[in-house]
Amino acid sequence: MSGLAAGRGHGAVGRPAGRVDSHGQVTGRAVYADDLMLPRTVIAKLLRSPHAHARIIGIDTAAAAALPGVQAVLVGTDLPVKYGILPVSQDENALAIDKVRYVGEPVAAVAAVDPETADAALALIEVEYERLPDVTSIEAALDPTQPLIHGDDEGAGIGANVDREASLEFGDVDEGFALADHIQEDTFFFQGNTHAALEPHATVASLGDDGRLTVWSSTQVPHYLHRILAKVLEIPAGQIRVIATAVGGGFGGKTDIFSHEIVAARLALTTGRPVKITLTREDVFYAHRGRHPVLMWVRTGFTADGRITAMSFRSYLDGGAYGSYGAASLLYTGQLQTTTYSIPRYRFQGVRVFTNKPPCGPKRGHGTPQPRFAIEVHLDKAAAALGIDPVTLRRRNLVKPFSHTVNHLRVTSCGLAECLDAVVAASSFADKHTLLPAGRGIGLAVGAYLSGAGFPIYFNDMPQSEVMLKVDRGGGVTVFSMAADCGQGSTTMLATVVAEVLGLEPADLAVVTADTDLTPIDLGSYSSRVTFMAGNAALEAAQRLLEEILEAVAAELGVDPDLLSAEDGSIIVDDNPDKGVTWAEAVQLAMARSGALVTSGSYKTPQGLAGRYRGAGVGPTPAYSYTACVAEVTCDPDTGFVTVDQVWMAHDIGKALNPLLSIGQIEGSVHMALGEVLMEEQAFLRNGLHRGPSLLEYKIPTILEMPPVQSIIIETEDPEGPFGAKEVGQGALLPVIPAVVNAVHDALGIRVDEIPLRPDTVVTALADLAKGGSGRVGPTSLPDHEFPPLFRVEPPADSPGAAS
Amino acid sequence: MRVNGEPQELLVRPHRTLLEVLREDLGLTGTKHGCELGECGACTVLIDGKPQLSCLTLPAQVVGREVTTIEGVADGGTLHALQESFGALNAAQCGYCTPGMIVTAAALLEREPDPSLDQIRHALGGNMCRCTGYLKILEAVQLAAAQRVTAP
Repeated sequence: MSGLAAGRGHGAVGRPAGRVDSHGQVTGRAVYADDLMLPRTVIAKLLRSPHAHARIIGIDTAAAAALPGVQAVLVGTDLPVKYGILPVSQDENALAIDKVRYVGEPVAAVAAVDPETADAALALIEVEYERLPDVTSIEAALDPTQPLIHGDDEGAGIGANVDREASLEFGDVDEGFALADHIQEDTFFFQGNTHAALEPHATVASLGDDGRLTVWSSTQVPHYLHRILAKVLEIPAGQIRVIATAVGGGFGGKTDIFSHEIVAARLALTTGRPVKITLTREDVFYAHRGRHPVLMWVRTGFTADGRITAMSFRSYLDGGAYGSYGAASLLYTGQLQTTTYSIPRYRFQGVRVFTNKPPCGPKRGHGTPQPRFAIEVHLDKAAAALGIDPVTLRRRNLVKPFSHTVNHLRVTSCGLAECLDAVVAASSFADKHTLLPAGRGIGLAVGAYLSGAGFPIYFNDMPQSEVMLKVDRGGGVTVFSMAADCGQGSTTMLATVVAEVLGLEPADLAVVTADTDLTPIDLGSYSSRVTFMAGNAALEAAQRLLEEILEAVAAELGVDPDLLSAEDGSIIVDDNPDKGVTWAEAVQLAMARSGALVTSGSYKTPQGLAGRYRGAGVGPTPAYSYTACVAEVTCDPDTGFVTVDQVWMAHDIGKALNPLLSIGQIEGSVHMALGEVLMEEQAFLRNGLHRGPSLLEYKIPTILEMPPVQSIIIETEDPEGPFGAKEVGQGALLPVIPAVVNAVHDALGIRVDEIPLRPDTVVTALADLAKGGSGRVGPTSLPDHEFPPLFRVEPPADSPGAAS
Repeated sequence: MRVNGEPQELLVRPHRTLLEVLREDLGLTGTKHGCELGECGACTVLIDGKPQLSCLTLPAQVVGREVTTIEGVADGGTLHALQESFGALNAAQCGYCTPGMIVTAAALLEREPDPSLDQIRHALGGNMCRCTGYLKILEAVQLAAAQRVTAP
């Protein structure tokens, strides 16, 4: 780079502004997958299993295929290639073969001229099942007398009903407990919940006039869909074009590859007609891939003055029927505890089991909200036991900026202390905690999250993100990126970064996204990676473009390019503002000089982010975001109803590239977290049926439940982030849940160690308290399971464990 | 029926919903579906100016009536104050609930040009949003109301 590094400042970065793509959203012009209406489209539908666990003895599709208007019928053996989002979990077929493993698992598919004919055809498919006992709990899955869900299937799990296990120790944990004056031990359960994006998944597939297959899908990960389509359909990736349409909400729910996407593509090839498949709301609940139910046990040693001497954490994940992202989810429940607190010795043991339920996967915060709930409530209990207030206890243990954790995670910028101070001050926490009238309470918690996973999900040395810029003769700039905007604002982020460098307005740029034919790689909108990674790639591409343009202008004006700046749609000479040229003139000078104006930039994560142990690849990131949250509640002791009166959230996001959108991510995170803590349950009957697969029964907060939120942005300007930015959008979910639970304790004296904290839970806990009990509701035992021997890892030299 | 001011004469199968007819027969795909069971509010349209769920409405029920969808909210190329304020305040993130939110709020502003926060909350109580946490939506409705009150 010449002297054109970031930070010269032209006003796009840091300015609150609406989205650059809001026009389509407010007018109804934005095209979501189900809005695509191609001529001659046929409608596809999936036949789903009514059983949680059964052998498929036979499928008779003859009557369905013979029904007039039916174009094609597919069964599992038509798509025999197994796949899975993670290379270690290649355990799914698009349509079940031989066995079904959860209620709702797709078994067959039809394509027909209209939805009515497709439904009639599904009703004509005869599937003969032989029922098997249903395994629907963690305890049952770990019981060796229960049937095997996968058995010895290649690509599925590591044996019995165990998908994955971890057993790691960093430093000498037993020694740490021996040094402790107080040992706190607790057990928690976090019920599963789901994304409930407003848009049900949909996919359209069609052969283009070049004979290639085009697949439009509501997906956060067009690149991974592209890879898996090529694998399962057994055709070269170059023959497939994947386009992510406007995505009507993701939250991780559209980061896996789904049966309907593969089926639509296969049917388009079979029928030679465009095929559309749109899930119903009930289908979406069964497609799931959301938050794992997790049972957790945590033991922490403290000195009398509240310093952590050691922590041991165990997690048991109910994974559902397939691997999905579960190998990563498991490790995420153990890895990030050390990123907020200075833990000198740490042990993590975890197991993810298969059960006959819809597969779990990533949802906002991927595997970290569950342990965050556990340790933040656990810390509050320890604070009470030690006679230290919860703020002080946390302050004594905060992780240090620019250090390593005991489990080899690299921490760079860290505004956790500032976040904590900000919410404590804004909420007048010290004046309220333990001091509010009965029935009212206040609670606190903190959190940390990744600015993108440090490693891609399949190993490779290529960049995680690339951005291309193309300039038009009129001066128009088009940004090309595969990042799919699922509402988080990545399209606006790209325009803002490029506009900042070029001295243009974000709204004047065109942004082409998420099309494998047109856009260079971005791995996808997950793990809060796009601002950091695509943002850095966009920054590099824009700097290279500016460099070319300034050289051309410098040659024309006969000045040194270092004296030129791009500002407000012009290239100006720093010491002689009258001598500049307009942006469009500058572009034409550069084209006359060197031809096409196309640049690219890319981003690779730095080396050395991870330790050297199995599992070290999950948890590292180029930068952690930090949060602190305070929630104030009013509880009705008669009904058990909890009302959240106000939430204060401070979020260290490095730098707010667009504060309006950043606050939108914080407020949305608070909304989703309040649903998780108070009402949402992806829960199943013992036969594997969902307890309430509709938006009436599965409660999400409406506008009437949403409290005011005071969002406080903390800017630590991360040295590696684009303009100093880190993630926003997932981290803010984490501390809300324990903050509410801690507030309910403050209000009522009860201890609810399981999520969701429903009114009946509160009433049960209060009744126990009234009878002289502890007022605790939560799990009381752990499954009988022997973890593998601990793998011991030496802590890094600059970690809190170095001296241990 | 009339849709966004234009007369429409349609022959449709009796079981099809107004939502399906709007989207599939008339190409008005701005109206969204989130559940097709009357749970989420994404499919809200105005029937004679009142917010109604198009997924629970049969075309036979709207014979001779005026249906307004998100495509009919703007005045030609000029956006409605709500469309402007939703865009300016980031009250739409993924945008999927936005058409239903905007038509519902538009009906509120016709009925109550200067609504209180509680009136806005109650008017939008049946429209789910999973992205925004609703706070920017509240602000956007207030901003649009203020602009319409002060507009000449």
